[in-house]
Amino acid sequence: MADSANFALRCDNLHRYLGQDDARVHVLKGVSFEARRGQVYAIVGPSGCGKSTLLYLLGLLDQPDGGEIEINGRKMSNTDDLARTAARGEHIGFVFQFHFLMLEFTALENVMMPMRKLGRLSLPEMTDRAHSLLASVGLGEKTHRLGTQLSGGEQQRVAVARALANQPSIILADEPTGNLDVKNSALVFDLLTRLAKENGQAVVLVTHNPEIAQRCDLTRPMRDGLFV
Amino acid sequence: MSPNLRIALRFLTAKKRAMLMSLSCTVLGVGLFVLTQATTSGFEEFFIKTILGTDGAMRIEDKIQDTLRQMTAGGGSDFQISQRQGLKYIEGVEEPKLIINALKDFSNVSGAAPVLRGSVLVRADFKNESAQVFGISLEEHLKVSDLGRQIVQGDVATFREQPTGALMGRVLADRLQLSTGSSFILEAQGQRMRFTVSAIYETGVADIDKLRVYVHLSEARSLLQKPSGVSFVQVNLFEKDRAPQNSIQIQDVLKHSAKPWQEREKSWLSTFRALRISSAITVSVFTLIAGLAMFNTLAMIVLEKTKDIAILRSMGYERRDITQIFLWQAGIVLAIGAFLGCVVGALSTLGVSYMPLPISGIFKTETFVVSWNIWHYVEAIATAALMVMIASLIPARRAARLEPGDIVRGTAQ
Repeated sequence: MADSANFALRCDNLHRYLGQDDARVHVLKGVSFEARRGQVYAIVGPSGCGKSTLLYLLGLLDQPDGGEIEINGRKMSNTDDLARTAARGEHIGFVFQFHFLMLEFTALENVMMPMRKLGRLSLPEMTDRAHSLLASVGLGEKTHRLGTQLSGGEQQRVAVARALANQPSIILADEPTGNLDVKNSALVFDLLTRLAKENGQAVVLVTHNPEIAQRCDLTRPMRDGLFV
Repeated sequence: MSPNLRIALRFLTAKKRAMLMSLSCTVLGVGLFVLTQATTSGFEEFFIKTILGTDGAMRIEDKIQDTLRQMTAGGGSDFQISQRQGLKYIEGVEEPKLIINALKDFSNVSGAAPVLRGSVLVRADFKNESAQVFGISLEEHLKVSDLGRQIVQGDVATFREQPTGALMGRVLADRLQLSTGSSFILEAQGQRMRFTVSAIYETGVADIDKLRVYVHLSEARSLLQKPSGVSFVQVNLFEKDRAPQNSIQIQDVLKHSAKPWQEREKSWLSTFRALRISSAITVSVFTLIAGLAMFNTLAMIVLEKTKDIAILRSMGYERRDITQIFLWQAGIVLAIGAFLGCVVGALSTLGVSYMPLPISGIFKTETFVVSWNIWHYVEAIATAALMVMIASLIPARRAARLEPGDIVRGTAQ
């Protein structure tokens, strides 16, 4: 039981098919995985092996065709869209490869966006937290810049701050450094892991970068829809 | 400000040109709707005002003949069957004073005046014309009509003082080349009587101005050889729109036919209503275009913002939040468009009201007649709201249906 409480995320025998009719592909073929709080996991493997598909399923952005997903001990596989959306807002933070900032909003507003939806904090508290998160990713001076006025590395750092905004227990990152140079890659990875460790969050990242993978607590290689 | 409204506002300002197009269409739609309703209603209301000011809100004429058949059971029983066989009328009002006194008990009746009507031949120096003589009791008639205000030559006081004075319609006076002070002969049923034109009136209704000659009731009695009774009693009401209900009550109580102005002017009122509806339909096309523009703009934003939708969904924003964000955008454009449209509508209505437009025949006016009615604005806003919100619902729902996983994977449809 105590062991179960340490797992922020679990999945068992996940199956996922993509495409239709003749183009239907069995992408995940019964994948099982678990992630402990305060640990950083890397999922590696060749393109098309199902890494990102697994990550979207774990993040409840997609629905599996079979298998179980458990977030902080709660089974999510058979829940409706509303419950999955609520779980995403409360327990999961995402960092995508292409930053996915909302470009009409400033860095501060982007970080405040999940907090506004969750509504746990008052406006001054949200603003303080967003400032503090942006300062911790080194963008304390650029809080009022629009997404379009930030470099790629800066945008990804804002995305990291945003993923941490609601203090989720799980951070899922899909090639978070895939679009960055070496210096920025290291910076973003260090940030992600340091902040996650400090807050006892489970970090699961999909990466092609062997150096990044080596620095994670655990690396899970995938091939043809299965962990090897 | 709610997060959804904040996002909607930012999305809107990011697509200025497309939004301005939607906004312009909404402003145009609402403004034109208000303008057309103001002008068509204006003419309709002016017609009603003219006709009420001339013929009153109701006419009581022709006594109802009692045609009730009754069968009573014999043997001292109370059993009785009554059956009305259909209404039959006796022409005219035999006891106008009794009727007028009885009408005083109806709270909505503001005045009642007896009128004796008959066909006459008007003989002037150069020409004869067929006409209708209206014998009136002046003071009572002024309470049920705008005759005093319709005088365009001479004055009512002269008519009051002249026992053989007459008020003649402008068209008839022109045809007979008569002016105030001119004398003429009225001939009816072999009787001939000389009258003097005390004043000339103009209602603007051609059928009245070319036919009616008002004389004192006593003179009309002599001319038409009708020593008692009148043709009808003209009634005015405080609340004109209640005429149909009042006429039913009056008919039941007074046993005389009572015709409300809505029934009397049915054909013209139907014409005006058809005109108003047809112009509203025509102008609704503009609001339809506003709806289509809104649809186009929002559909474009949905396409451009799929990634933002995925981000929002990944952060815990629900499907209904996404729908709300897009409906807010439509709502904002609609609110601004409706407000500006109402301003444009009001200003153009004001401008049009000064435009010269001489009309006579069914009424007389020199400029466009407009109506200032809050309901025109309400209807315009409601029409625009309906069109824009329906048009927005489709892209908004489409946005909400997008699966975040599909968007991130790049396979969103």
